[in-house]
Amino acid sequence: MGNIRSAVIDVFEEIGALSSFAARFFRAALSRPFEGKELVHQCFAIGYKSLFLVLATGFIMGLVLTLQLRPTMIDFGAVAYMPDMVGIAFVREIGPVVTALICAGKIGSGIGAELGSMKVTEQIDAMEVSGTNPFKYLVVTRVWACILMVPLLTISADAVGLLGSYFIESTRGQVSMSLYFSRSFGAMAVGDIIPATVKTFFFGLVIGLVGCYKGYYSSKGTAGVGTAANSAVVVSSLLLFLVDFLAVLIADIFYEI
Amino acid sequence: MTSKQLNKKKGTPLIEIRNLTKAFGNNLVLKGFDLQLFPGENLVILGKSGSGKSVLIKCLVRLLNPDDGEIEILGKRIIDLDQKALDEIRTEVGFLFQGSALYDSMTVRENLRFPLRRHPERKASADEDQLILASLKSVGLEDAIDLMPAELSGGMKRRVALARTLILKPKIILYDEPTTGLDPITANEIIQLMLKLQDELGTASIIITHDMDCARVISNRVIILTDGINYAEGTYQELDESKDPKVSAFFKDINKRNHG
Repeated sequence: MGNIRSAVIDVFEEIGALSSFAARFFRAALSRPFEGKELVHQCFAIGYKSLFLVLATGFIMGLVLTLQLRPTMIDFGAVAYMPDMVGIAFVREIGPVVTALICAGKIGSGIGAELGSMKVTEQIDAMEVSGTNPFKYLVVTRVWACILMVPLLTISADAVGLLGSYFIESTRGQVSMSLYFSRSFGAMAVGDIIPATVKTFFFGLVIGLVGCYKGYYSSKGTAGVGTAANSAVVVSSLLLFLVDFLAVLIADIFYEI
Repeated sequence: MTSKQLNKKKGTPLIEIRNLTKAFGNNLVLKGFDLQLFPGENLVILGKSGSGKSVLIKCLVRLLNPDDGEIEILGKRIIDLDQKALDEIRTEVGFLFQGSALYDSMTVRENLRFPLRRHPERKASADEDQLILASLKSVGLEDAIDLMPAELSGGMKRRVALARTLILKPKIILYDEPTTGLDPITANEIIQLMLKLQDELGTASIIITHDMDCARVISNRVIILTDGINYAEGTYQELDESKDPKVSAFFKDINKRNHG
């Protein structure tokens, strides 16, 4: 019983500390000086270096989804609706969530380990004594880069996912690329695209904030770096599903999805 | 020269600490510590591991905030300074970290460029690359300019860190265990380098160490930090010959540990 009580207290303490970290981020993000060069560097590091993984995963998801759905759709005599279904599924849910989970694994753990290692080796202290605000330089730039890059990566994953789906459709059935994509995009409404895109900004925020929080406050020692990287992935993945649920709930109110 | 003779020729202190107190939870690490650092001197603070030496110098640059007491650097009470004024003072105080703390994602050149870019007003008229090269030359590592920190040995890292510290031409340098983790030959090279640079640049230094050889060679004055206070102060020789049972036990104990 004592263990459960202490675990519950730990969880609430963690929520409190993360919220306070987020508040500090918003305060710092909106005040001068802005670390523009470092932001561009981080956008490149986070966006470009994750692009191949996201594209490969998106394409394979498109292939697999179409292969799995096709027999059932044929049974129901609805194979003509494949582009509509895959398009909506990808844009609304599969693209954003799969991309966010990949980013949590690659970017979140990378940020956690990098900042954790900098903390342990006193690089963050060195930055501070050289008259640089390490929170602005390291945390604000990385979180902004995640907020900006995760939506772009998601759009890329959606695009190649549909391409993967078309690839299967064109080999198994007889459908042209223009017909496939016009059906697919024709089926999508504003209520599919806007909420799905907006939530990816929040996914980026969660991945960046949790990765930075875990790294920035990692405990001393190399074990602390490993723990920071690991818990960055676990906590951000969990929060991503929570944010996804809330996003769908809110979108449901406004768009009757 | 005795400590009394030294005190007479010192002038206005660059750093003055009065009654500094710092606790972590119930663990009271500093219990009213006092210190003065005068121009051009090398002040060594000796203490056993865990005695609060690193806490003390981290309080000096406000990497840690003291619970009580006064710290004045170059006549300014640093506890009251806002971030901008604190950053200005920090450019006057170089800090050499125990593990060198080089930014490991940057080359040596970028490591030295970083503080220059953050403080363009300190560049004076010289070209950025010239300043970097001159600073590396002063520590004998101009050939390492394009290497990554991972490619450097422990001694080289310490030298590069020293070059990075010196590039803003600080008036005061704080050394946190400058010879820890180095073999005796490299440690001696670092000590000689510190003496040479101090001679050339006229900086004042606070050196935190438990390396008695380092303390003996480099110090003008030594403070023994024990039980959270400035327990004893004097030249190395005065303290080494002290009849105070705690001081003599401290010297014996540290010497025994250092020389096995």
